[in-house]
Amino acid sequence: MVSALALKQEAPLAGAALDVDDVSHHFDIDGKVLPVLDHVTLNAKPGAFVALLGPSGCGKSTLLRLVAGLEPPRSGRLLEDGRVITGPHPSRVVVFQDPTLFPWRTVWKNVALGLEAQGIIKSERHRVDAALELVGLSSFANAYPHQLSGGMAQRVSLARALVNDPQILILDEPLGKLDSLTRLSMQTEIVSLWQRNGFTTLLVTHDVEEALFLAQRVVVFSDRPARIKADIAVDRPYPRRRGDPRLAELRHDILGLLGLDATW
Amino acid sequence: MPTYSASETLDLPVASSERAGLSTFLRGLRGRVVGFAASAVWLVFGLSCWWREDLGDWSRTNEVAIGALLIAGVLLAASIAGFWSERVGEIVRNRAPWLVLLGALFSVWEVATAKLGWLPLPFFPPPQAIVEVFTDDLPKLLDSVISSIKLQLGGYAIGAGLGFITGVSIGWSRAVGYWVHPLLRFIGPLPATAWLPIAFFAFPSSWSASTFLIALATGFPVTVLTWSGVASVSNAYYDVARTLGAKPSFLVFKVAIPAALPHVFVGLFMGLGASFAVLVVAEMMGVKSGLGWYLQWAQGWASYSNMYAALLVMSLLCSGAITLLFKVRDRLLIWQKGVVKW
Repeated sequence: MVSALALKQEAPLAGAALDVDDVSHHFDIDGKVLPVLDHVTLNAKPGAFVALLGPSGCGKSTLLRLVAGLEPPRSGRLLEDGRVITGPHPSRVVVFQDPTLFPWRTVWKNVALGLEAQGIIKSERHRVDAALELVGLSSFANAYPHQLSGGMAQRVSLARALVNDPQILILDEPLGKLDSLTRLSMQTEIVSLWQRNGFTTLLVTHDVEEALFLAQRVVVFSDRPARIKADIAVDRPYPRRRGDPRLAELRHDILGLLGLDATW
Repeated sequence: MPTYSASETLDLPVASSERAGLSTFLRGLRGRVVGFAASAVWLVFGLSCWWREDLGDWSRTNEVAIGALLIAGVLLAASIAGFWSERVGEIVRNRAPWLVLLGALFSVWEVATAKLGWLPLPFFPPPQAIVEVFTDDLPKLLDSVISSIKLQLGGYAIGAGLGFITGVSIGWSRAVGYWVHPLLRFIGPLPATAWLPIAFFAFPSSWSASTFLIALATGFPVTVLTWSGVASVSNAYYDVARTLGAKPSFLVFKVAIPAALPHVFVGLFMGLGASFAVLVVAEMMGVKSGLGWYLQWAQGWASYSNMYAALLVMSLLCSGAITLLFKVRDRLLIWQKGVVKW
């Protein structure tokens, strides 16, 4: 708890508002135009937890790259607290499906990456320690990434994101490659991190249960080019129970939207 | 019902530990026997020096014999000490087989050259002739070593430094790549020694010409491998760094370069090998000092023992340089798994 407070000290009380305003995007592959996002409009209130759900390869991850500012949209605008997003900024941090830790850096130095890039590591070393403690890996500070298990590596990559006190946390299938037991425990961890720190969270997943267990809203996308098919409020309080009949009901609805309810 | 009785389970460890004890004893004895054998072989080598008159006029036969007997004595002492000290025993066990072989080869060499003359002189000098070079021609040999090291270090440092900078620039900047890449393809594969005739009149001194050639030979592999290292860095690393607020300089120095380092070291290793060749040729052709020149000079006087001595020193220096490079690499790339041990 102490460490969580240490992280929160300089953080704003709530995350930033995110507005995706009529965004379309396409890729040029060998001269052919491949549309990926089709007039997507989406608003997230400060501190909201929104899950983006859709078939594999539908363009959800592209939307996240646009929110992160790694690419500019072909048309439309993205706004963070009313300001147009023009490039990457440490207030919007991404946790990718692969931990992508830098293998030549120790765990500690991986977590310190953002503060080092911003040139404030000298005065803010305590934030790295706090972030590592938050994900329960203080004793691995001097380990190298190849010595970690998949779950530990992903926790380090979470710490590397959280140390920047992001206002928007972007999770791109962060648990997709973990074994199912680790995944369940990390889902609970993500919820508690979100509740403590209050950042706006955007989660891309293709796991319906995960979306329902974690998010306040589940936005369902169509096949590529991605359009918003439905925007479902998950009106259950936290901590949630996986066996909640209301979640099962919603799950059935969502699978129906994805055309997969025949086996339910 | 259990398939074993209590007595069986009690017997088994006793029997196996007895067997283990016996095999340990045998293994220990075998290790020690090889140690004593090594001592004996070196004794034979020492005595072979005194066996009969040398066929030629060599002044260090006695010293070689005494040296060999000293080694035999040390080996004997160490083999005996091995009964008490596990550490000494381990050291002797690890080295004894090689020492046996070396002692035997030296003995054959001594007898075949100095004593019976099976191998023609002066092309095959005996061990005492080479020892004589080290004792009597030491100042000139040392001068040559220092001169070679200076030339090699200067050229290698310049070549490695420029190659690294060029490689990173090509890998990073499309514009630099556009201009430098064709040049690299055109000039790089040319053996540096092909420049020799031009270099020696284009440069003010043979020393600067040789430095240039060594730098050229080093620079090409370092450039290409640094470049390929930087080019092969996964985009995911850049994405991560950028979302965390990294500026371009951070991406170069803290992402691209560390990620490319394993490649860079392959380039440095290849460059080192290429530069040795150029060093020796340059010293033979133009520079009036260094081990290459010493070799050339010795050949001119038909003093083959000096050539063998110089070759031995050269091989030690080259091997030492590579060992040093690998030590530096192991330090810097400690995060890598399973690197080759040199």
